[in-house]
Amino acid sequence: MTEKLLTGNQAVAQAVKNSRVGVVSAYPITPSTPVVEEIAGMVESGEMNARLILVESEHSAMSACIGASLGGARAFTATSSHGLAYMHEMLHYAVNARTPVVMAVANRAIGPGWNIWADLSDSMSQRDTGWIQIYCESNQEIYDSIAMAYRVAEHEDVLLPAMVCYDGFVLSHTSMPVKLDDLSEFLDEYEAAWRVDFDNPSTHGNITPPDYFMDLRREVSRSHERALKIMDRVEREFFETFSRKTPLIAEHYRLDDADTAIVAAGAVSSEAKIAVDNLRRNGIKVGLFRIRCFRPFPVRHTIRALDGVEKIYVFDRSVSIGSEGQMFQEVKSAFYGLSSPPEIYGCVVGLGGRDVTSMVFEKTVMGEIEPGWIGEVIV
Amino acid sequence: MKLSEIPAEEYLLEGNSACHGCGSSMALRTVLKALGKRTVLVVPASCTSVYQGMYPGSAIAVPVVNSAFACSSAVASGLKASLEHQGIDANVVVWAGDGGTYDIGLQALSGAAERNEDILYICYNNEMYSNTGIQRSSATPFGAWTTTTVSGKKEHRKDVAELMMAHGIPYVATASAGYLDDLYRKVRKAKRIEGFRYIEILTPCPPGWRYSMERTVEVAKLAVETGMWILYEYEHGVLRLTGVSRAIAAGKKKMKDVQEYLLLQGRFSHLSSAEIQEIRKYIAERWKKFADVRGGEHAVAAEFFV
Repeated sequence: MTEKLLTGNQAVAQAVKNSRVGVVSAYPITPSTPVVEEIAGMVESGEMNARLILVESEHSAMSACIGASLGGARAFTATSSHGLAYMHEMLHYAVNARTPVVMAVANRAIGPGWNIWADLSDSMSQRDTGWIQIYCESNQEIYDSIAMAYRVAEHEDVLLPAMVCYDGFVLSHTSMPVKLDDLSEFLDEYEAAWRVDFDNPSTHGNITPPDYFMDLRREVSRSHERALKIMDRVEREFFETFSRKTPLIAEHYRLDDADTAIVAAGAVSSEAKIAVDNLRRNGIKVGLFRIRCFRPFPVRHTIRALDGVEKIYVFDRSVSIGSEGQMFQEVKSAFYGLSSPPEIYGCVVGLGGRDVTSMVFEKTVMGEIEPGWIGEVIV
Repeated sequence: MKLSEIPAEEYLLEGNSACHGCGSSMALRTVLKALGKRTVLVVPASCTSVYQGMYPGSAIAVPVVNSAFACSSAVASGLKASLEHQGIDANVVVWAGDGGTYDIGLQALSGAAERNEDILYICYNNEMYSNTGIQRSSATPFGAWTTTTVSGKKEHRKDVAELMMAHGIPYVATASAGYLDDLYRKVRKAKRIEGFRYIEILTPCPPGWRYSMERTVEVAKLAVETGMWILYEYEHGVLRLTGVSRAIAAGKKKMKDVQEYLLLQGRFSHLSSAEIQEIRKYIAERWKKFADVRGGEHAVAAEFFV
């Protein structure tokens, strides 16, 4: 096992190579572009044995991945922002087609005005497509998550595509040490569930009338429910294989005796942890519930983790315009109908790359900043 | 070519739900016979998405992947790369209508052609969106009625086969549902060529073109005999007319007046004599363009004026 100083994008490329992906198809967009550049270099030098299809749009990138997956190969793409939005139709398609494509999403705002900086609104706005969504806090977690995502996505009880999301620039272009474990100990060769068979030809995706369609969707939905169980298992097996604790559903940080909890996802969680440590030093019983898996949403994990907490502050680096932050909605919904639920507050922070510091979390928990849209950059 | 050379195996099965007299299904039956068993069809939204039958049945006896409308070329690119990566040899063939080729699928088609993906792309051109119920496409000819061009289309059609030649791909051909032997021969040839291949078939549509269903072959032949549709092959930079078009160019067969073709179809029944004249002019200009190519200004040579 080697350890290297890698950007988030480089960590993705290494994980894709070590996951023995067979077909990569992509179209460049900031800030995920270096993923494709890294892979192109490795394919050309022979370091990576894969077919690379450099298509003319993100819509085609996802389409080619779906075709590759149906053909029986492990498929991968990477994108951001407008690219992800342009894929929207095919994101739905990949789900109903049951193609376990894995995609890296370097999260970025959607314009106009043009903004290339971190914002989770791009992937959050794809939450209803049926993709599994995993959010990362560090580059090591990005590397690990790609392999874990294939394990979950390709599991026979799941067979769904998965996106591994990480904040643009904050993680995508920032170097950190990454342990490059040999993933073959953890991830087998891909065995497709549906294959092109010339002796027993079948038709994939033809007209599915009302007699069948709702059952098809029900099965997709059940697969999401099953995915949480598989994730628990994959998280455990990952630890057993590499002796590294990489949470896949959620991380509990100093939550045990907490009466106040911060809920966050992605890179801002690091700042939240600093805030938790500082507040704890001042005797405030606060912890962090960091969501790794947003789809399927881990309702039971959330309730269990936050049992006994009196106040919850949910920090979203995204917003559903006309409503609230998406995680805020989910957390409130998780507690619906329970007797004496905690007070739950929502905060929208860091849109379009605005800096989110530990002070924002501290001051919110201390009651010095009102929850809601928090625009102040406090250093 | 003898008819007995065409295999007896059927890959487009009886009981498919194509309309009576459907030019597309006649062409697909022929295409699949020419391609044989080791073929995967990629079908974007089109009439074929309907007439292949509903889940859990299928009227197509080779593997089929149905794709979204805009992306059949990209799905086929991924599928071919995937099969190649696993060492599986197969014909990966896109079977798309003119909507999925000329309009919404053009970007992905151009991308795959430029990358010279090893796939065969076949456009069955019925000159409109038949599946959504007869709306104009950019392949709809001047003057034709559709539900969105109620007084007749005001513009001439564009020509994606010519666009494919401009992409410099190894093989481009046109065909007609009226000459299935010619189509069979072209598909057989395309099957042997490596790289991106494009075949466009004129496939008349009785409900859309407003003619009686037993006349599909007659209409498809008249399109060629009147010069409205030109049969050719373009192979490694050389353009060559084929069949009746070649005979017309060589002066061995007289080109029929286009009115004979137009009169058969209700979609042209409203045309004024000036509009018919405009179509005659379009035909003459198009033939002149093909003839001019022979002069050597372009990197292609036509031998049909010999």
